[in-house]
Amino acid sequence: MAEVTPFFLFSAAFLASAVEMVEALTIILAVGVTRGWRSSLTGAASASVALAAIVGVFGPALTLIPLDVLRLVVGGLLLVFGVQWLRKAILRASGLKALHDEDAIFEQERREAAAGPSEERLGLDWYAFTLAFKGVFLEGLEVAFIVITFGTSQGRLGLAVVGAVAAFVLVAVVGVAVHRPPSRVPENTLKFGVGVMLTTFGTFWGTEGTGAKWPGGEASLLGVLVGVLALSLGLVAVLRRLEGRSEVEAVQVAA
Amino acid sequence: MNRLRAFGAFWYDFVVGDEWSVAVGVLAAFAGAAALVRLGVNAWWLVPAAAAGLLAVSVLRAARS
Repeated sequence: MAEVTPFFLFSAAFLASAVEMVEALTIILAVGVTRGWRSSLTGAASASVALAAIVGVFGPALTLIPLDVLRLVVGGLLLVFGVQWLRKAILRASGLKALHDEDAIFEQERREAAAGPSEERLGLDWYAFTLAFKGVFLEGLEVAFIVITFGTSQGRLGLAVVGAVAAFVLVAVVGVAVHRPPSRVPENTLKFGVGVMLTTFGTFWGTEGTGAKWPGGEASLLGVLVGVLALSLGLVAVLRRLEGRSEVEAVQVAA
Repeated sequence: MNRLRAFGAFWYDFVVGDEWSVAVGVLAAFAGAAALVRLGVNAWWLVPAAAAGLLAVSVLRAARS
């Protein structure tokens, strides 16, 4: 059974976590600035504890499943996830879908938080707590999923957790330092990278799970990675050309 | 009942996403590869080919819409 290098494992967990934590940070900052930090940070911390519990329970539990079955299931899920992440990243890179604008999202979240109802429970602004909890939990669920699947498939859950925590710390430090969403982060590039990795590992592990043997063993992983990357970049180029052509045609019709 | 439905809808959306045909295509590719392996064919090429096809179709369909 081929072993994926620790570098790829760490990178996948780190990148996926960084992308999702930037989005979670935008919500926490918007709620914190508008409704107060105590409830916002308590909500974020509670969601982090819930996510850690999910990883702590499901991570070790999944190691009880036979590795071939685990890789088939994990490969399938990663492939479905990966194709959908990549589709959105390709559409954004080609200009057919709007890029994430964290500053605009921050302003929208801030307006919504300001308009929310005031209700105190357990000494907290319940609306702010709920908003921050849901933001962190929902964004973090995909990270937990990636950490669990990558970690258990390689028997290196600890390394995947370290990758996710490193990204969490980095994004949190940036958030505390600037008190604004890190809008300069090349979010779509990161999402593109995560999509390529998820699709690559999903294809690799899924194939192994079916019982087929890769020619060249672990070396094939690099081939799959290059293939997925080339196809994705090729699709971006095709869509950009089609988009350019349709714009020219629209200008000609208007003229 | 509504909460149960919302819970189910959340997990369906989380796992399957907004394009169920991708999940069906992946399942079909895995089943096909496993069947060929049982027949003695080392079908390592089937899943990558299916993944490439699914990605291309999914992107082009979304672009057209």
